[in-house]
Order: sequence, then C-alpha cells, then structure tokens
Amino acid sequence: MNNDKVITAHQLTKQFDNFIAVDHISFEVSRGEIFGFLGANGAGKTTAMRMLCGLSLPSSGEATVAGLNVYTHNEEIKKRIGYMSQKFSLYEDLTVKENIRFYAGIYGMSNNYIKTKTTQLLEQLHLTNESNSLVKSLPLGWKQKLAFSVAIFHEPQIVFLDEPTGGVDPVTRREFWNMIYQAAAAGITVFVTTHYMDEAEYCNRISIMVDGKIEALDTPTALKQQYHATSMDEVFLQLARKANRQE
Amino acid sequence: MRTLLFILQKEFKQIFRDPAILRLIFLMPIIQLIVLPQAADYEMKNINIAITNRDNSPYSQQLTQKITASGYFNLVTYNHSYDASMKYIETDAADVILEIPTQFEQHLIKENKADLFIAINAINGVKGSLGSAYLRSIIQDYNQQIRNKLLQQPRINMVPIIEVVPMNWFNPQMNYKFFMVPGILVLLLTMIGANLTALNIVREKEIGTIEQINVTPIKKHHFILGKLIPFWVLGFVIITIGFVIAKLVYGIVPIGSFITIYIFAAVYLLAVLGLGLLISTYAATQQQAMLISFFLLMIFILLGGLYTSIESMPLWAQYITKLNPVAYFIEVMRMVVLKGSNLSDILPQLLSILLFAVVLNSWAIYSYKKRS
Repeated sequence: MNNDKVITAHQLTKQFDNFIAVDHISFEVSRGEIFGFLGANGAGKTTAMRMLCGLSLPSSGEATVAGLNVYTHNEEIKKRIGYMSQKFSLYEDLTVKENIRFYAGIYGMSNNYIKTKTTQLLEQLHLTNESNSLVKSLPLGWKQKLAFSVAIFHEPQIVFLDEPTGGVDPVTRREFWNMIYQAAAAGITVFVTTHYMDEAEYCNRISIMVDGKIEALDTPTALKQQYHATSMDEVFLQLARKANRQE
Repeated sequence: MRTLLFILQKEFKQIFRDPAILRLIFLMPIIQLIVLPQAADYEMKNINIAITNRDNSPYSQQLTQKITASGYFNLVTYNHSYDASMKYIETDAADVILEIPTQFEQHLIKENKADLFIAINAINGVKGSLGSAYLRSIIQDYNQQIRNKLLQQPRINMVPIIEVVPMNWFNPQMNYKFFMVPGILVLLLTMIGANLTALNIVREKEIGTIEQINVTPIKKHHFILGKLIPFWVLGFVIITIGFVIAKLVYGIVPIGSFITIYIFAAVYLLAVLGLGLLISTYAATQQQAMLISFFLLMIFILLGGLYTSIESMPLWAQYITKLNPVAYFIEVMRMVVLKGSNLSDILPQLLSILLFAVVLNSWAIYSYKKRS
C-alpha cells in the first residue's frame, strides 16, 4: 500500500443495464492534492465519485480510498472521508449549530470537542450571530460554505466535493476556493468536480471525463501545452466536442 | 448508542418545528373522535316513512301513532292512496311505505287476521332493511297489544307465541359508540403512524439529505431506530389523547386495564411504523409513498372489522384479514374495552402482531441500502 496515494482507481467501471456510466477509468490522487474532476453533464463524474464514497457499488475494476478497498471496506472508508453533494444537504429546518452538532455527533466526536470547534468555525465563517438561525434563512453562498465546513468538520483524510459552487456568485466562489486551499494546506486531500474552467486552474491536477472515460489527466499547465491552448476553456472544448453522449 | 441519541435529538427537533405535523397529531384525533362516531351512526333514527292509511279506523290510527312515537321514523306523508306514497319513494323522499288496507280493523276483529303491506326503497339497502325490521317489530308489538285487549282473560292462549327477549352481553344498551370509538382510535393510530414515518424518510430522499447520511459511517439500525422511536412516542401521545376524549365525550372507560391496551399498542405501533419504513424504502417521492400507503390503508380499514364484521365476510376475505394488523387491534380493543379481557386473553393477537412487527421491520432494514 502506497501511503502517498490516498485514492487509486484501476479500470473502475459502473454499468446501469446497457448504459456504461463510467468506463474503465484509472487514476491516482496523492495526499494533500487538489484533484479536479471535469466533464460535461452526464460524463460520469458524479457516478465515479459516488463509487469512491461508497454510495454506489462498482460493476468492475479496483479502487481504494484512504488505503481501503471500496468493495469490502466501504463503511470504514466513510469514517475517513467527507462528502458534499450536488444537492444542498444540510437540514434547512435545523439551526446552523444543530446541523454541525448532528453531523459531528454521528462521526463520533466528543461533546466538548464539538463545542470548542463549533465556536471556532462560526467565528471563521462570520456566522456567530447566525448560529441559532435556521439554515433555510441563510443566503446560498453562506449555506455552501457552511456545508463544506460541515463536510470537513470531523477532520477527514479526503473530502469529495460534487459541484460545490453551482449557482454561487463569483465573490463567494473565490472565498470558497480559499477555504479549499486552507483544507488542502491542513493535509486534507480534495477531490472536486466542477463545470467552471477558471476553477479548474486552481487545481493541482485535473482529469477530464468524456463519455465515461478519462480523456486527459495532468496539471493545468501541462494540459494547456499539450492541446496548444491558452486557457483551460479551450482544452475542455476541444475534448468535449468529441462527446457523443447526449445528456 | 451515542449516535442514536444524536439522531433522536435531530428527529424530535424537526418534528416539533413542523407546525403541520403538530397540528395533524393533535387535531386529527380530536376531530375524528368527536365527529366520526356521531355521524357514522349504525342505528337508524331518521327513517322516512310514508303511510297510506285506507282504513281510517281507530286501530289504524293507533298503529300510525305507535310508529311515529317510536322515535325511529320520520313521517313524510300520511295519505290515502298508495300512488301518492310511491311518489315519495320515487323521489327518494321516503325509505319505507306502510299501506294499511281498507277494512283493516274489521278483518282483524272478525276474521282474526289482517294484512299490512310494506314497500321498501332498496336504494339504500341498509336503511331499507333496518327500517322494515323496526317496522315489523313495532307492528308485532302492536299486534300483541290488541291480542291482550281482545282476549281479556285468556282461558287458553289461542296461538302459542314464542317471545324472544335478547340480552346483550358486554354492551347492554347496544351502544355502537362503545365499539366505534376505540375502533376509530385504532384507525387513527395506524394512519398517522404509517404515513408520518413513510413521508419523513421519503422527504429526506427528496431533499437529498439521505445521501449525506449514507456517506457517514452511521449504522443502518441506528438510522432506522432514530426514525422509529420519535413516532413511537407520538403514537402513545395520540392514543392517550384518544382515551381522554373517549372518557370526556362518550364516558367510555375500558373495563379491562389500560396496561393491557398500552402493551398491545406498543407492539402494534412497531408493526405500523415498520410498514411506513418499508413503504419509504420503495418509494422515491412523497407522492408515491402517499399512494402506496393510501392503497394499503384503504384495504386495512375496510377489512378491519370496524365497519363490517369479519365473521360475515366470505371465507377468502376472512383469510385476508389475517394479514391485516388493523383487524387484530380492533379485536383487542373490543375485548379489553368491552369485555375486560386481560393480557393472557389477548396473547394470540399479541403474538401475531409481534410477528408483523418483526417481519415488517426486518424487511425494511434489509431493503434500506446505503449503497446502490
């Protein structure tokens, strides 16, 4: 087991009836890396991520997360990862504090630790005054930042983010990415899917999925050179044009 | 164990923050228990009768008076032609016609025999047949009166008469409310229990929070217990409200012990909540969950033995009621409330319902998958 590779996938595949959502993908992610997972809608990003998180059983292929096999140790993996889904996943009818407490509690954190860490977190997010308001009353950008903070509250090794900045304004997106950098600096590996090509530039390495396959995988700079492009946007368009799959 | 506490805390907070659920839990029992037993009345008190009296004798008038004074009938027309009465039947204004033929009194006295004619509007079958039954018993009663008058000092009774004097055990006044109220309470518990659980989990599916839960190391049984326990507790609140209303409004106090009822209810609620859970694992949306539970509850209620007695159902339907948890609780309620049965009397039902609880919940836990 290579300790530096926190995620490995080898020929990982997910098939639904006659439809191959994820088609024999292979890649590795190193500790502390920000790994961008790009692709058009329906390219298979979310399905691939769900297999790694233990939400979806792979049809074939191998994968490990935090050194653990996704087939056999999926519940063990869950203790070591954080996940923020495409859909907003905090409870809107609970307050900010209650949400944090609930998720921290089910990860088995101690009451005292939850308390101190919550105070710290709320200060960082400037949410101290809102700590007892219902989550549904917060603006979307704040909700997303809170959801991310909750996803890494239990200090996982890896955090999976599925289009975390969808529908969020540019300023908040910027702030959000600062939070991602902070998490990465603290040693959390970040696995993030996105549509935004400017966000792709923030990643250490990116993979681009087309029709369930990984078509390109490298650092943003290397990819731009390889495709003779000036921006990630161009790289993406060149690759995405090859797609046959409709949404 | 600690995980479970965190889940319970969250579930209770959410329930108490939802005004719709609170209203449902407190208002539904109050309204249903106050309104339904009054309205869903088995006794027919307002049978509309049309009397065609072609005799106009003192006897025929006495009979008419006896009928109208009985309290069951509503005299809509009193006339001398059958056709006129028939008009009332045709427009549904009358349920029964009693025709007293000409020379009714004469025949009765001279020939010791007279005919009466009863016509029934069978569109509302229950009302019609009950109406005719009441009418017959009033006429018989009247017949008896006349006999007694005519045969002042009977040397021998001309015609032997068998008189049946029924004695209604356990519910001497045959007050239908005594079995309706506990029965409705059972239905309430079933509806609220199954629906709330099913909707609660499906709602998490719809919002997407269930995925966040599934990606945590939470144990399946913790999650399911966390969902069950709050509604289980609410079930006890509902049944308690129900018995308070039964006492205050109807003066119904179980002859048997409350402990027996609550023990049975505890297991019954587990079965019903398990059903809700099971529905939620198969339904993707709240609409689907509603439709499935509506379908099942409809069958459970109609085959539950509250509105029609199970013994009078065809044999195949009686077998179906063996699969109906509602039928067991209604039976137990009647046994405990009316007969004062104790725990050992209801043991067969208790064991059956325990089997339901085990099967439904295991099935639900089995089919709830954290990974697809």
